[in-house]
Amino acid sequence: MSILVLAEHDNADLKPSTLNTVTAAKAIGGDIHLLVAGEGCGGVADAAAKIDGVSKVLVADAPEYGHQIAENTANLLVGLADGYSHILAPHSTSGKNIMPRAAALLDLQQISDITAVVSEDTFERPIYAGNGIATVQSSDARKMLTVRTTAFEPASGEGGSAAIDKIASAGDAGLSSFLRAEVSSSERPELISAKIIVSGGRGMQSGENFAMLERVADKLGAAVGASRAAVDAGFVPNDYQVGQTGKIVAPDLYIAVGLSGAIQHLAGMKDSKVIVAINKDEEAPIFQVADYGIVGDLFDVIPALEAELNK
Amino acid sequence: MKVLVAVKRVIDPNVKVRVKADGSGVETANVKMAMNPFDEIGVEEAIRMKEAGTVEEVIAVSIGAQQVQETIRTALAMGADRGIHVNTDVDIQPLAAAKLLKAVIEKEQPQVVILGKQAVDDDAGQTGQMLAGLLGWSQATFASKIVLGDGDAEVTREIDGGLEAIKVKLPMVATTDLRLNEPRYASLPNIMKAKKKPIEEMSPADLGVDPAPRLTLVKVAEPPKRKAGIKVETVAELVDKLKNEAKVI
Repeated sequence: MSILVLAEHDNADLKPSTLNTVTAAKAIGGDIHLLVAGEGCGGVADAAAKIDGVSKVLVADAPEYGHQIAENTANLLVGLADGYSHILAPHSTSGKNIMPRAAALLDLQQISDITAVVSEDTFERPIYAGNGIATVQSSDARKMLTVRTTAFEPASGEGGSAAIDKIASAGDAGLSSFLRAEVSSSERPELISAKIIVSGGRGMQSGENFAMLERVADKLGAAVGASRAAVDAGFVPNDYQVGQTGKIVAPDLYIAVGLSGAIQHLAGMKDSKVIVAINKDEEAPIFQVADYGIVGDLFDVIPALEAELNK
Repeated sequence: MKVLVAVKRVIDPNVKVRVKADGSGVETANVKMAMNPFDEIGVEEAIRMKEAGTVEEVIAVSIGAQQVQETIRTALAMGADRGIHVNTDVDIQPLAAAKLLKAVIEKEQPQVVILGKQAVDDDAGQTGQMLAGLLGWSQATFASKIVLGDGDAEVTREIDGGLEAIKVKLPMVATTDLRLNEPRYASLPNIMKAKKKPIEEMSPADLGVDPAPRLTLVKVAEPPKRKAGIKVETVAELVDKLKNEAKVI
């Protein structure tokens, strides 16, 4: 049995989500190959070859893979599928975009966002914003899976020495082309892999007020997140959103500030190890999942927290 | 140009979903249902394209038992012109939904197909991409802005790192993200008018599609519950607990 893992990267760096996905592949069991599709991605392939448990790295280095255009990468996966019992990718916006297209072309019913491997054909996944955990069994000849990375520990990025095989491009489908990106540039850690996250909700009242959270975040080496309400109100960009339809996170510490804790938000962060809630409404549902809560006005509490951390 | 939107009937996202005691699924009896919120955004986008004059007709399609006609009526009340109901009692999984929609699209020949990026029941997030693949069309997922051009479209997508703009050839399948628009409420006169709009019924057999599920639901379990913690009075106490009790900072 061989498993193919689609690596997540930006042509320069391998994303940590790839390591969690490799762990999911190990839980299934078998020979693990990694596919790096990109442009000028040789450094990523070298990093991928060092991942513990990976026996081979396939590299498709061509302009049509430079921006992870789904039509192109899906065609590449379809051409490679024959040798593999399972094909996995992180349940990121890139994995979500590419994998179902390839699955349909292979006539496979993908299983999205798996949180546990029960056996080689049976997996657990959350449904209804995590209000239920479904166990599903696939009757397909080949399993196509996307992986909830927070549910699996990262594999070690050191110690492996996989062979690197260059493979031919499947060509440009000629359907879509990349125009430009507006990527948030920040010195802070990425939301998905941060150990500490400070998140704000509608209670922040404005985008300017997020500066308070950023100062606290920088003291803690934390990422900054937000509820859907704060994003919809335009306080912060879309990529800050934590929740059922945004990012799923599980840091060691999640500090929820001025957010009530709607079911859809909790779906994105309730697997955090420690949750702190700061809210002036003591009835807010966020307190039902918080390990530590402070009932108070965030405009008093956050400056006090910053001062305390400065001590 | 025609636009086709797919709409799914789901448990109202404001309802607290309960897992059945026997683990066979979630409670759906006497539970309030609604159109999947991402599909509402899709209907709204299609109607705005029509209002802008770039589109002549908006067709709303839903797959499922007789009750999904209520969801189609909601789309018609918002402003869609006519409905198509693929009538089936089978548990429709994303691949089957994509195959059924493909068959409808081959009859209707729309240039743009819009779906929600995910349905808030199974949270699979697959149907749009699968449909685009089966049709061999371009795909523009997680759209927060769609600008139709001549034979192509510029679509802004919400991705993990921020936003990305792509150019896609028409015909295309787009899936909606939250910031694409704010769906309108149907007015009472439009709800009345929607009752007279046509809904065409067909079966998977009419479309030549076998919708049999590929995945077996073994069981549904309650997620592990978090215990509520404690309230602390001061920030100093909080920082002390985080340092010395939880040891996370």
